[in-house]
Amino acid sequence: MSTLKGSGPQTSDAPTPEDAFHEAAALDAREGEPPHGSGNDGPVLAADGTPLKRSLARALRAQKMRALALIAPLLIFVLLTFIAPIADMLFRSVENQIVRDTLPRTVEALADWDDTSGELPDNAVFDAAYTDIFLAAEYKIHTRLGSRLNYELTGVSSLFRKSGRGLDDIGEVYLDQLEDLDENWDEALPWAELMGTADSVAAYKAWVEAEDKARENDEDFNDPIPAFEMRDGIADVLPRTAEMYSRFAEFVRVEDEDSPFEEEPWTIVLTRLYEDLRDGDVSSYDGPRAEMLKAADELVDSPDFQTADLKSTFEEIDEDWMDLAVWRTIKTYSPAYTSGYFLNAVDMQKTPDGPALRDEDERIYGLLFKRTMFMSLVITFSCIALAYPVAYLLSTLPMRTANLLMILVLLPFWTSLLVRTSAWKVMLQQQGVINDVLVWLGLVDDAARLVMINNQLGTIIAMTHILLPFMILPMYSVMSTIPPTYVRAAKSLGATNWTAFWRVYFPQSVPGIGAGSILVFILSIGYYITPEIVGGTTGTFISNRIAYHISSSLNWGLAAALGTILLAVVLILYWAYDRIVGIDNVKLGG
Amino acid sequence: MADGASGDAFVAFERVQKSYDGETLVVKDLNLSMPKGEFLTMLGPSGSGKTTCLMMLAGFETATHGEIMLDGVSINNIPPHKRGIGMVFQNYALFPHMTVAENLSFPLEVRKIGKADREKKVKHALDMVQMGAFGGRRPAQLSGGQQQRIALARALVFEPELVLMDEPLGALDKQLREHMQFEITNLAHQLGITVVYVTHDQTEALTMSDRVAVFNDGRIQQLAPPDELYEKPQNSFVAQFIGENNTLEGVVQEIKGDTCVVKLDSGEVLDATPVNVSEVGERTRVSIRPERVEFNKERLKEGVHTLKAEVVEFIYMGDIFRTRLRVAGNDDFVIKTRNAPDQVRLEPGSQIEIGWLPEDCRALDAG
Repeated sequence: MSTLKGSGPQTSDAPTPEDAFHEAAALDAREGEPPHGSGNDGPVLAADGTPLKRSLARALRAQKMRALALIAPLLIFVLLTFIAPIADMLFRSVENQIVRDTLPRTVEALADWDDTSGELPDNAVFDAAYTDIFLAAEYKIHTRLGSRLNYELTGVSSLFRKSGRGLDDIGEVYLDQLEDLDENWDEALPWAELMGTADSVAAYKAWVEAEDKARENDEDFNDPIPAFEMRDGIADVLPRTAEMYSRFAEFVRVEDEDSPFEEEPWTIVLTRLYEDLRDGDVSSYDGPRAEMLKAADELVDSPDFQTADLKSTFEEIDEDWMDLAVWRTIKTYSPAYTSGYFLNAVDMQKTPDGPALRDEDERIYGLLFKRTMFMSLVITFSCIALAYPVAYLLSTLPMRTANLLMILVLLPFWTSLLVRTSAWKVMLQQQGVINDVLVWLGLVDDAARLVMINNQLGTIIAMTHILLPFMILPMYSVMSTIPPTYVRAAKSLGATNWTAFWRVYFPQSVPGIGAGSILVFILSIGYYITPEIVGGTTGTFISNRIAYHISSSLNWGLAAALGTILLAVVLILYWAYDRIVGIDNVKLGG
Repeated sequence: MADGASGDAFVAFERVQKSYDGETLVVKDLNLSMPKGEFLTMLGPSGSGKTTCLMMLAGFETATHGEIMLDGVSINNIPPHKRGIGMVFQNYALFPHMTVAENLSFPLEVRKIGKADREKKVKHALDMVQMGAFGGRRPAQLSGGQQQRIALARALVFEPELVLMDEPLGALDKQLREHMQFEITNLAHQLGITVVYVTHDQTEALTMSDRVAVFNDGRIQQLAPPDELYEKPQNSFVAQFIGENNTLEGVVQEIKGDTCVVKLDSGEVLDATPVNVSEVGERTRVSIRPERVEFNKERLKEGVHTLKAEVVEFIYMGDIFRTRLRVAGNDDFVIKTRNAPDQVRLEPGSQIEIGWLPEDCRALDAG
């Protein structure tokens, strides 16, 4: 028989991979013959001449589609409720478009400002900020930006809130003087005549007449107000005024669902009008309201005309505008994506000199991450220590008894998590059951009752109890597949009980320990309710901080960054576990 | 029945009983002794108590009553790991997380044998089962037959004097099994070890053993060398269990020394050897091996009783012909004839007369 294996004539066993290898080698080595037969040229063909791979793929397609259809509902559900929120969280942790979207002009103007110069930005920046904040206040989004920047610099929130109100002051300086000159400057229609096309103004006037007539006749009148249209030439005469007025017209139409024919313009339009009249020449203008405009031009050019200084108005609104830190913060957080949340999550901050650690007393997250990891490890090991003997016992008992005991193990699953945690609170507190018993037994002095709750010990005890089934179940299912003959074999070979256990049984139960540990560790690292209830201040986890930022401080970006770090830590640990133990060694069941 | 305990016995069971639930006995009053170097097979249907006996010998079950002696010493209270008995399990029980060499090295390590010695012994044991090249493999990478060899090597590597085997060949295909039977017996005789082998396969028992203990209902029904077991079964259970067997039921009509006359229920009469019938009028079951039935009148002895038979079916099996007859109302009477050039092939439907030597026909208990 075969001598390839050198295993003598008795080997009539199934062929081993080695056999195949040797045979292949022998085939290849056939003297001088080219190593391919007729079948080796090109792809293998099916009976009808199509490549075999393609026919196979076609044959399997229906099967694959069927499989896909079966999992489709779950797949869609998971995509919508699991993958999408995680993707959103990852995005939120770096997303920072609010600054750029709310203060576009300011961000652009600040690009030229050197934040290390020690000087305030120039007037162009203040002018841009005036426009941006004024518009944001009209759209009522300035407070949102204020709270966003308040995460980075305390006080910005109220600064923006005040500024939203106060920036009207600038335009009012001009409005008051122009109004004194001609009341029409504070009227809606004259402005519309100056800015709008003759047709749209005529249409509006016709509409007003029709409405009046209908009212006289007590008829219903539901025709909409004719649309306002900007006149083409006006932008050449009054470029800034036209630009701002068209923003105003757009705003009135979309946000207020009203018409510029009936709303007097924003005060900032007056500021723009002043600037246009100061810088430009309107003498050649002969459109509607030319006289009104020319009179205003004369007034503006007269030495008595009062102007408002931007910087000092900002200072009047809030002195903080003169603080370099405010402008630095705006500039630092002007990019659409920021690492700021992540830096914050690892106790760092952005400074003009790049990222730097926060002051010692402001650091919190590093400690929380370390504590979370450490306590999760302690909980995992406590679970292993408590679960292993139980799982071993369960796996060796007869089925009936094992099932009964398994119900006891699973019993906590059927009780609300909140109830179990609260029960621990009753047990562990200083006036609680355990302390009372210890005092009654005389083991503990009444004055020195043990502090077992609202600290790390409380969290560890309660969470070990709550997560124990997650350790027992995988251990049990692995142990129940280890045949008792292995231990018997070890004993028959001369091993003592301990050696048989340690050398033979234990290594085979490691996959169960691995599965349980991963489960318990990952569950505990993100646990929230129990640490919140029994953890006090020293026993809380990073997840409690995340929850705080989600629901109380509303700093979702920071919460997302913390969550992303947590996710990354879990994935890294999973990877490390795979390298050390091997993930195929993890078994949740037979 | 079984031999009593004798002074030079290497392994002895003395009045051993075993009960798991306290209500029924799985092993009832077992007495067995075997000398050193014997290959003894415990054969029986499942539930007959043979595996329980083996487990008591190995130390994994305790005897409810009685003594188990090994080399003159009672081992009832010695834990399994101190008994020094090698064991091959039904599913091999090779430790999956160790390589073949580590598996073999395990019993040596727990005996605190030095590394160099260990390696030498492991290599020797692997060579002994022709698996020298497989030391680095894991059990899962081996075929069933290869695992079997390793399990055997592991049970032998620490040189025990007694090796127990619990249906070790049950999972192998027929050809491989026959081959391993030969190898195991060879090894056992070469090494001079005492083997207790448990199986429910009678061919295996007959071909391998020095003696076979047939178990049924918690008792040893017969303990004898294979040829005696086959040719001289002591009771109808053994006759039925070992080999193919024709039975006819009737009543003892006459006993004359070592022969007797049995009147069948159909009224016909035949000669038989009385085995466990003692008085006239007792019901009996006579048993005749198919290959001992003769239908060629010229070969039958003068004066023996013959029976009328009708051929029901003729089956060609290559080396032999198997002919099914209707005899005395029994449709399942089988005869086997060698496929020799002058052999007659019986036609179904033909009427013949059959007979046998009285010593081949044994009148046993009625079962």
